[in-house]
Amino acid sequence: MPGCGHGRSGLPNGDDRLGGREQDIFGGRGGDVPVSVLADLGSSRDLLTNLTLREIRSKYKRTALGQLWSLLNPIAQMATYSVVFSFLLRAQPDKGSPSGLDVFALWLSAGLLPWLFFSNAVTTGMGSLVSNANLIKKVYFPREALVVANTLSWLFTFSIEMAVLVVAILIFGGSPLLYLPATVFFMLVLAVFALGVSFLLAIANVYFRDTQHFVAIAMQVWFYATPIVYPISIVADKHHQLLALYRINPLERFGEVFRDTMYNGRWPSWSNTVYTVLVSACVLVVGYVVFKRYEGRLAEEL
Amino acid sequence: MGSPAVVIDGVSKRFRMYHERNQSLKAAVMRGRRAKFDEFWALKDVSFEIPRGSTFGLIGENGSGKSTLLKCVAKILRPDKGSVAIDGSVAALLELGSGFHPELSGRENVYLNASILGMKKSEIDARFDEIVDFAGIGEFIDQPVKNYSSGMYVRLGFSVAINVDPDILLVDEVLAVGDANFQDKCMEKFADFRRAGKTVVLVSHTMGSLRTMCDEAAWLKHGSLVEVGAANDVVDEYVDEGHVERVELVDGGSRWGSGEAQLTKIELLDANERATTRVHTGDAITFRLHFATTKPIDKPVFGLALETVTGVYAWAHHSRDGQYVPDRIEGVGTIDLQVPALALQEGMYDLNASIVDYTTTHTFDFLRSCLRFDVISRTPHESGGIAVLGGRWGNLAETKAPEPGRTAEPRAKTPTRRRSRQASQ
Repeated sequence: MPGCGHGRSGLPNGDDRLGGREQDIFGGRGGDVPVSVLADLGSSRDLLTNLTLREIRSKYKRTALGQLWSLLNPIAQMATYSVVFSFLLRAQPDKGSPSGLDVFALWLSAGLLPWLFFSNAVTTGMGSLVSNANLIKKVYFPREALVVANTLSWLFTFSIEMAVLVVAILIFGGSPLLYLPATVFFMLVLAVFALGVSFLLAIANVYFRDTQHFVAIAMQVWFYATPIVYPISIVADKHHQLLALYRINPLERFGEVFRDTMYNGRWPSWSNTVYTVLVSACVLVVGYVVFKRYEGRLAEEL
Repeated sequence: MGSPAVVIDGVSKRFRMYHERNQSLKAAVMRGRRAKFDEFWALKDVSFEIPRGSTFGLIGENGSGKSTLLKCVAKILRPDKGSVAIDGSVAALLELGSGFHPELSGRENVYLNASILGMKKSEIDARFDEIVDFAGIGEFIDQPVKNYSSGMYVRLGFSVAINVDPDILLVDEVLAVGDANFQDKCMEKFADFRRAGKTVVLVSHTMGSLRTMCDEAAWLKHGSLVEVGAANDVVDEYVDEGHVERVELVDGGSRWGSGEAQLTKIELLDANERATTRVHTGDAITFRLHFATTKPIDKPVFGLALETVTGVYAWAHHSRDGQYVPDRIEGVGTIDLQVPALALQEGMYDLNASIVDYTTTHTFDFLRSCLRFDVISRTPHESGGIAVLGGRWGNLAETKAPEPGRTAEPRAKTPTRRRSRQASQ
């Protein structure tokens, strides 16, 4: 019938649309070694873009305020914590040095926004396989794209929030612009960390649906175990022995880093830089390897 | 044509049958392992090659591993042993529109679904209009797909999948989508595909379509390969073995009715009383209806109707018109409709069956498309249409042929002249 015009010639292999994926031999045992994560993701860039757009678009579909919600949410949380911890519990973080800022809300936001990004990305990333079960059972595509797209969609939201925070800090007289490259760099490092954790939890959640409930509790504990709503000086002053334990927590390091580049207006310390980058890289590699190891049976287990 | 498109080498696939589908940590900890399960080999050491450019059929009874094999080729499942080597890009039509997000618009979903199937943005851009045209979605393309009718949904899904234009297309009995018009377009698209020298792998229950569409076929039985070879031979053997498929609701079939009496099984029997789905024109056949009642039914009327797969109403007959109305049925039983010589042309037909009350106004059970079967013509056959009239050409009587031009001319011209006169008045 006309209308389904076929412009192409009859040559069966006349093009190489799929580039590197043209020849694909697989089988044998599961758990192939990740040769190159980046190359793998690069080949499915369009897929990632579209999946990420789906996440972003569908998140606030049919809401009157739309994308604004992604800002209102952290603002509401920030306001709540500010009232509780600053006015009622009198938490007093040090003045920003050298920026000289002394605004609890800004100090809080510099630590809270990265946490919210991490927590959202991990919580939804954990469910990204289960909620796309139908797709996984019916279509072949690189499964990691689902998890990556989820992290990317939250990174998008995170970027907007951080941009707003930069403007707010500028208004109050801080100087976050100079350290913006560092901020962006650490946002990416944090995304890598969140992605690694998401990989692990997404797989775990397929095999044990308890994971999501367990993680919900763990996230609560983790939130208060990280000096986000209170300054770490409280711990450092009273419980010396706890401090070392606190410093193991990568999120504590990230919080410090973002407070340095945003609130304090200084470069983050080398130890924090090295620690966060190393931990994030390790978590991603472990997460990816585990993901690849168990990915083969996804269609059956879901 | 040269190297095979797909090489299936010693593929085995094991499934775990969990005794309790309890994916909880507690259960795992209590037992010291995840869950008890039995192993079940859905595929056992299957090896064959699918030649490039061929249309290849997979046949077998339900649960024989056809779909599992197809999913292994599609890389959705990973074989536990053996390997599948694929040369070329693959797209699978296993479920249409499975990647659609209901809140997003048709346009957004086309991009999303096509990229999931492996297309690049530039390719989708280039084919976008064709995809929308083919699906016949029109201006609805910017509406959220949750507002689509189920037909539109499936058509758009099919259109995206077929326009991925892979080297190898895997199809799992999804051809029964859309209305007759859309089915024609789909068949046309498949024909294009085959003309373009692409490889199509087809899982189907309809032997007739396998015969007509496929070059080669593989027959699977309980997960093992029985035979692979020319489609006609394999289908013949499959049917000869008596491995006729069970009667079941064809996908897309539906039923309604009050349910006091239900049709439990519809069979098509050949002259030897064997169930079949492939009969020849002129054969003596029997439709056997199995029924079960929940309470006694007085004077029930059984009805049968035939449609072609393209939806043309071909025939119907009910037992009141057939003057065969039992006084009462109760429990379980069967009733036959015998056809001495099937007067249908070659083609694929769908059967509708029903039990209604004597007034034919109350429906106890109505099964739409409950049985699909193929009619194959015998030589000499009649040329086309649905019915076989048994017409014979003959009695050629020659008179002097009229001189060409003379008789034809005035006839052709008269109406033209008349029309032009009317126009000028």
